[in-house]
Amino acid sequence: MSHSVNKPEKKQRKAVALISGGLDSLLAAKVIIDQGIHVEGINFYTGFCVEGHTHAIRKKDKAKPKRNNALWSAEQLGIQLHIVDVIEPYKEVLINPSHGYGANMNPCLDCKSFMVGQAVEWIKENDFDFIITGEVIGQRPMSQRRDTMPVIAAESGASDLLLRPLCAQLLPPTLPEKEGWVDREKLLDFNGRTRKPQIELANKLGFQDFAQPAGGCCFLTDKNYSDRLVDLWQARDTKAYELDDVMLLKVGRHIRPKPNFKLIIGREEGENKFMEGYRKQFIHLYTISAKGPLVLIEGNTDEKDLQLAAEITARYSQGRQEKTVTVAVKDQNGVSKLLNVKPFSNEEKLRDWYI
Amino acid sequence: MSHHILDAKRLLCPMPVIRTQNKVKQLSPGDILDVICTDPGVTSDIPAWCRITGHRFIDVKSDADEIVIRIEIRSRD
Repeated sequence: MSHSVNKPEKKQRKAVALISGGLDSLLAAKVIIDQGIHVEGINFYTGFCVEGHTHAIRKKDKAKPKRNNALWSAEQLGIQLHIVDVIEPYKEVLINPSHGYGANMNPCLDCKSFMVGQAVEWIKENDFDFIITGEVIGQRPMSQRRDTMPVIAAESGASDLLLRPLCAQLLPPTLPEKEGWVDREKLLDFNGRTRKPQIELANKLGFQDFAQPAGGCCFLTDKNYSDRLVDLWQARDTKAYELDDVMLLKVGRHIRPKPNFKLIIGREEGENKFMEGYRKQFIHLYTISAKGPLVLIEGNTDEKDLQLAAEITARYSQGRQEKTVTVAVKDQNGVSKLLNVKPFSNEEKLRDWYI
Repeated sequence: MSHHILDAKRLLCPMPVIRTQNKVKQLSPGDILDVICTDPGVTSDIPAWCRITGHRFIDVKSDADEIVIRIEIRSRD
């Protein structure tokens, strides 16, 4: 008589992958999925993600295909994706980054530690075993360097639960490797700013049409956007901000004629339509006698300021060559008045006021 | 089965997806959810989200002012 011995079943290990929507996080997740690990994706929305509000505003952009690349990546990988709103907790990261800012207002190192830290909390709550990211040594000047990668692992609290499959062979073994949950030999040794190995791997794995954002995935890496953010903070004398501020910094021309107020001037129909949603929050102007933009006033204004704002509004209307243009000024309660103004014509001053 | 409405007007993607995701956690299989939006990005993002989460995208209706996306909640088993 023989007895069958029931061997304990090997535990299915689970990893959460930080999915930005870019190629590297897609490949990192795939490399681990192919090792038999159950992978789910997580995507953090800070408010500054290029992925989000770029496609909805400008009419000229509406001809471009619209897709959320994090969702697209998850679909390609056949995994669940959890999109997490971190707008509120992210404020502290942006306002007080312990490692400072990059070339613009991008707090990349603190941001990465923050996101991995959020993922640490998530794996505890959801009983997952480790975290994977698409980081590559040397890929980014601030957050993806040999000396900063251990900082992220330490400051996030992830320690050796943080596995970077695309460059793992160049880093000390992590717990998933030491425990044999993943085979280190099948991980990669990508290094530096070149994208060639990633493109080759994408081709090998059959990925096409993947996103390759030139300026990264965050508005804070953009100089123009950062300048507007700094101007906002300086004008308010505080770094506090709300999601609406984040949105409006992306829209329109921003002109600050005086320290106490600035104008946000819609550049085209799509922006005007988007800005219409803010009419109850801001004094706004629009031209009556000629076609023109919607203009929001941010700040406190007196009568002289409103006169100047009306002249600038007229300058950006189709009546800019006319002697006078009629401009409606409406407050947040819907009370309006009409001003007949001469369109502002000092282009040099306008350039100086441009943010 | 019950019918629910989520107001996601003036929110830009991915916020309507996040609000949908969070709302669906409170619903039961078979429930119907209408998500009312203004960002045209939702017409690709919410169906994509449905495909990866297994919920059923039923249809999209839109006019000049808003877009209504109807989905049916499915079990995640």
